[in-house]
Amino acid sequence: MLEEQFKLKVGLAEMLKGGVIMDVTNAKQAKIAEDAGAVAVMALERIPADIRADGGVARMSNPKMIREIQKEVTIPVMAKCRIGHFAEAQVLQTLGIDFIDESEVLTPADEDNHIWKHDFKIPFVCGCRNLGEALRRISEGAAMIRTKGEAGSGNIVEAVRHMRRVQAEIKHVTTLDKHERVAFAKNIGASLELVQYVAEHGKLPVPNFAAGGVATPADASLMMQLGAETVFVGSGIFKSSDPEARAKAIVLATTHYDDADVVCKASESLGEAMPGVEISSIPENEMLQNRGW
Amino acid sequence: MASIGVLALQGDFEKHGQAIERLGHTPVPVKNGDDLKGCDRLIMPGGESTAILKLIERLDMRTVLSDFIGSHPVFGTCAGLIMLAREADRLPAPPFAAIDIRVRRNAYGRQIDSFVDTVTIDLDGQERKMEAVFIRAPKIVALGPGVTVLGRHGKDIVLVREKHVMAASFHPELTADGLLHDYFINKL
Repeated sequence: MLEEQFKLKVGLAEMLKGGVIMDVTNAKQAKIAEDAGAVAVMALERIPADIRADGGVARMSNPKMIREIQKEVTIPVMAKCRIGHFAEAQVLQTLGIDFIDESEVLTPADEDNHIWKHDFKIPFVCGCRNLGEALRRISEGAAMIRTKGEAGSGNIVEAVRHMRRVQAEIKHVTTLDKHERVAFAKNIGASLELVQYVAEHGKLPVPNFAAGGVATPADASLMMQLGAETVFVGSGIFKSSDPEARAKAIVLATTHYDDADVVCKASESLGEAMPGVEISSIPENEMLQNRGW
Repeated sequence: MASIGVLALQGDFEKHGQAIERLGHTPVPVKNGDDLKGCDRLIMPGGESTAILKLIERLDMRTVLSDFIGSHPVFGTCAGLIMLAREADRLPAPPFAAIDIRVRRNAYGRQIDSFVDTVTIDLDGQERKMEAVFIRAPKIVALGPGVTVLGRHGKDIVLVREKHVMAASFHPELTADGLLHDYFINKL
């Protein structure tokens, strides 16, 4: 039964590959995203850039808004719950959400524990900055991993750092002999079983997506070329001057990430990208990626 | 050894690629019209049918795909079945109408209603049981006289064939059983 559940959860993540998942805050934006070719939408009350600007506690979205979005589109609808807030996750499951993001973008509800995701029928995606964090979330039942990046920054540098780190550690694991894998598992705080899996397969046991700072078609292409299998775009679309055109362009650039001609054409005639912030100008205690472990 | 094109605009095309490789054939990811040139057959994978159809239109691939589908064996799974159907609901562009079936999308419900179960397959007069993964799956709600039923889940028709076109509402690429890929590549 557990294995069946895992197959279904990872199976849906497989269906989203090569696509773009877009943050939306209402049914109208969801429709724009679907029309632009998004493979799924992430329903949330405020996009990360606004959460960053407004401050205060960021929570799960209002179920009414989520229902409106579910009615509007046929593609999967995802939603975020706070780290450790399993009651919010239960509500999202009741709503029939297709994927739950236990997300550092919202204010954490539990600073010590993440949700035990095996308890849910709905698949979860979780953010990570390195292999240890990725494997801990998979142990808890995550069916998809994404980079944390730095949400709402419009700056790709952190997503690149996290993707490169995960890929480099995966490569490193494949060079370790059996004795060394045990010490490695201990050092990164991950289960030996999952470290063995990565050593033998050279990849994570679940799809690995990119998120946190994607603002342009070239950003999407970069993350795909670094090994991401799908791209989440948060503030990058609806904080730009021309959401519709930008959404379409990022979809094209993700499909044809390895064809610079297509990425070039997709980048032309777009208006202003979201402004973006220099990471070093964000105070340490306001860095979203440091939430969760 | 055959070259099997797999439409790779979006979806689980890699999983189909692996199934093709396990049978000793070569998968060819198809991202534009030219990629089809060396292909003997084509698989339309699972994924999001709305997103894939949008991309087909935007990349100007409809005519070249339509021509290929008209003259070569084609296998569609889940979203692929929707795209090959004569008719399906709530799509941004018409499907390819390569097989005379009417399809209701997400007919079982949302992800929480996705399931794994045993289906009965009959490709050659011999019934076989097979594990099948249904993810936000469509249902075939009507079929024309030229369509042969090759598989059922309870009363639901889940695998069909019309001439050189075959379609499944589940995901044979997500299970290890290579029966349907073998049939598609070697017998269709």
